[in-house]
Amino acid sequence: MAEELAKTANHSTTEDTALRRATDMPLLRIEGVTKRFGNFTAVNALSLDVRAGEFFALLGPSGCGKTTLLRMLAGFETPDEGRVLLAGRDIAQVMPHERPVNMMFQNYALFPHLSVRDNIAFGLRRAGMARGEIATRVAEMVALVKLEGLEKRKPDQLSGGQRQRVALARSLARRPQVLLLDEPLAALDKKLRESTQAELMELQRRLGMTFIIVTHDQEEAMTMASRIGVMDAGRLAQVATPRDLYEAPASRWVAEFVGDVNLFEGQVISREQGRLKVTTREAGIITVAEPHQPVTKEIVTVAIRPEKIKLSRRGLASAVDALQAINRFEGEVAEINYLGGLTAYRIRLDNGAVVRSVMANTARLDVDGYGSSERVAAWFAPDDGVVLEQ
Amino acid sequence: MARTVNRLSRFNMTALALGLAFLYLPIVILVIFSFNASRLVNVWGGWSLRWYIEFFNDRAMLQAAWMSLRVAAVSATLATLLGTLAAIGLARGERFAGRALFSGMLYSPLVMPEVISGLSLLLLFVALNAERGFWTVTIAHTTLTMCFVTVVVQSRLTSLDRSLEEAAMDLGCNPVKAFLMVTLPLIIPAIVAAWMLAFTLSLDDLVIASFTTGPGSATLPIRIYSEVRLGVKPEINAICTLFIALITVLIVLASFASKLSSSQGESAAPL
Amino acid sequence: MSTRRIFARPARYAAIAPYLWMALFFLVPFGIVVKISLSQTAIAQPPYTPVFELGEGWEAFKAAFEQLSLDNFRLLVSDNLYILSYLRSLVVAVTSTLILLVIGYPIAYGMARLPQRWQGIAMILVIVPFWTSFLIRIYAWINILQHDGLLNRILLALHLVSEPVAWLSTDTAMYIGIVYSYLPFMILPLYATLAKMDRALLEAAEDLGASPLKAFWLVTFPLSLPGVGAGILLCFIPIVGEFVIPDLLAGSNSLMIGQTLWLEFFTNKDWPVASAVAIALLVLLVPPLVLYDRLQRRQVEGGR
Repeated sequence: MAEELAKTANHSTTEDTALRRATDMPLLRIEGVTKRFGNFTAVNALSLDVRAGEFFALLGPSGCGKTTLLRMLAGFETPDEGRVLLAGRDIAQVMPHERPVNMMFQNYALFPHLSVRDNIAFGLRRAGMARGEIATRVAEMVALVKLEGLEKRKPDQLSGGQRQRVALARSLARRPQVLLLDEPLAALDKKLRESTQAELMELQRRLGMTFIIVTHDQEEAMTMASRIGVMDAGRLAQVATPRDLYEAPASRWVAEFVGDVNLFEGQVISREQGRLKVTTREAGIITVAEPHQPVTKEIVTVAIRPEKIKLSRRGLASAVDALQAINRFEGEVAEINYLGGLTAYRIRLDNGAVVRSVMANTARLDVDGYGSSERVAAWFAPDDGVVLEQ
Repeated sequence: MARTVNRLSRFNMTALALGLAFLYLPIVILVIFSFNASRLVNVWGGWSLRWYIEFFNDRAMLQAAWMSLRVAAVSATLATLLGTLAAIGLARGERFAGRALFSGMLYSPLVMPEVISGLSLLLLFVALNAERGFWTVTIAHTTLTMCFVTVVVQSRLTSLDRSLEEAAMDLGCNPVKAFLMVTLPLIIPAIVAAWMLAFTLSLDDLVIASFTTGPGSATLPIRIYSEVRLGVKPEINAICTLFIALITVLIVLASFASKLSSSQGESAAPL
Repeated sequence: MSTRRIFARPARYAAIAPYLWMALFFLVPFGIVVKISLSQTAIAQPPYTPVFELGEGWEAFKAAFEQLSLDNFRLLVSDNLYILSYLRSLVVAVTSTLILLVIGYPIAYGMARLPQRWQGIAMILVIVPFWTSFLIRIYAWINILQHDGLLNRILLALHLVSEPVAWLSTDTAMYIGIVYSYLPFMILPLYATLAKMDRALLEAAEDLGASPLKAFWLVTFPLSLPGVGAGILLCFIPIVGEFVIPDLLAGSNSLMIGQTLWLEFFTNKDWPVASAVAIALLVLLVPPLVLYDRLQRRQVEGGR
């Protein structure tokens, strides 16, 4: 059984892709999957499609169910409800060793008693591959992850980065239809993590394989993934491209979870010419562009990313003042945090509210920086505000 | 201030040194006197191997030693097999009917006074009308020592990273194969240590063997015990020294084995 | 189903053989002891009136059940011999456990304060004697304590005594033997708690003005209490049932309960009474065992 699957997995990229294109079926379809542990519902009626060749990231805070979902795809947990369709076949109840998917573990789970070569060959041997073929494939994998010369080492004789590569090679060796990666870079230091991210993306593109990665690090998800599913309390809060996730969050929760944000809650008082006027407690009346989907609720939240809130010195360029008359608030600089490439300001508005603004430090000399307690005007364009109904 | 700290640590050192001296001196004295040429146990008459020769000519003693070694080897092997299986059941079996009884049965003998274990097993053998001798002692020792094996192997199994077994399954092993190919090689040092423990416990036991053995098949501790009751004999010193040497060799071998396996396996594999 | 459950089924099959083994060689014998403790002495071999024959069915079982008697236990309560040995076991166990604590604590403390790499060696040094036969360890002391033994020679040479002291067959000899044999059992749990204690706690105590001794008494000692408890119970429980050490080293005028059991069984051939003594001994051990179990559990939970 396992052997057959491994063999089909080898051809999957050509034949199956054609088949799928014909039926327009995603490679992986998760349908209403629920998983409970006692009273705790880890994954709650979750549905998701992942297309072949995607680099998909499951992002969420710890305990949101992302790892449980990944483990269900690997077969280490069985869903209580729902279906998991891989290339059209329901694999929800299939044992892990009979699935054409492989997993790269968070702690790598390298077999400490086996050499690098034997670790990589482990899955191939189980699939009953011929000896010569195994040797070729192992050599190919070793070259792929640049571990030449270390084949005979044991895991405890490797550095963290090298171990990570062995784990990757081992899980790729069987050419799975889907590669699952559970926090694959969490154990690496920052520098190594960044270079490894680039390598993983390059590898995925080259192999044309489907990767599903679980991470709690949004920067990592944004950098690598073509699409991100943000999970919260066992459900998908939003599935979108990194850009949409940031610029068009679907909910207040997503807006706050991904990146930094200023939120203003208020009541819609008018809509005209594609503009929405909202009266807020913190910032008075603000004007934002009406979203594509018409707003149905009266009470909404307006989200503005800090870098979209611009600052200007009071009294300067009064000609522009007219332009900026909407969404313009006066206040004084309450806090300055110099972060290298950026400087983050907290502005206390005259009506008491605090807004955050981030400005790029485009010049080496601090010429347009603002001083502490300096009077400033903070403003943003109507297009930069996002209206959230939940 | 610094002086008080120093004085404290001098106190520590003294306590430690005295403690270790207390633990080792009697054994060292025993070993030295086993090489005494004099018949008088406490009068030094020069170095000699006389009492070792005496032992190797003492048929009854040799027979008892042979019996003890056989019992220890067979019971340790049986106990390691059964105890490892029990440890697997407890560490990987999750909840099952009768689990509490099972672990209770395995943990009670660890603290049960030997007189009770010995008595109860003898009563069983009498009830079964079994001929008492090699096999009854072996069974009794297997029963006692497999509990120790279970504890040792179970603690290793529970400390093992479960994701290794998951990785094995992910790469195409069914559960049994995953256990044999990944888990078993990693717990071998613990199993070896457990065998050693079982072996020495069996060699050491006097009380349970006294209850469960039959006429004509005394173990070495039973022989030594009956000799000791009659007084100190230099020959006993020689036997004890050989005994200690055997155990020392076994310990060295085991720690060597665990070091060997830890260099190719996980580093944390305590004896 | 999860991985745990996938593994559970074959693991349970593995447990079948040891389960049956323990049922046959632990549970059944234990039942027989209970049964015989409730039956009457007979001169026959085996020296007790037969237990029920399994072949005779329920009626025989009922008849046998009616024959059960508490006579043996009544004897235990009425005869001074048993009560005295019961009490002596308790006294010996309590006394030697206290001596062990007093001797073992400084040693464990000294070990815990050693540099890290010496700690492992010290621990091995404490464990190794445990691997040598315990009969040998007692025998080693007989060598030293006998009439013309090393101890008397040293004492005579130093003119501390004028004539050899009779050490053997005294309680002193027995206590030396017990302390010697059980010292590792006291040291190891104490060391375990002392070694994992954060040294910064002591520094904090001294920083806040406690003298080293005060810091020890106010910080180290209270925090080592779980280890003290474990050490006490690990020594107390087996010492209560001890047979060989009192038999070889103590005098024969008062017996510990293990010796009484041995005597009833091997010398008096009174199996029912021996069984009753065994049950009584077990009853004595139940409270410390329960205590130990609780302590272990709390340790496990506290560690999380």
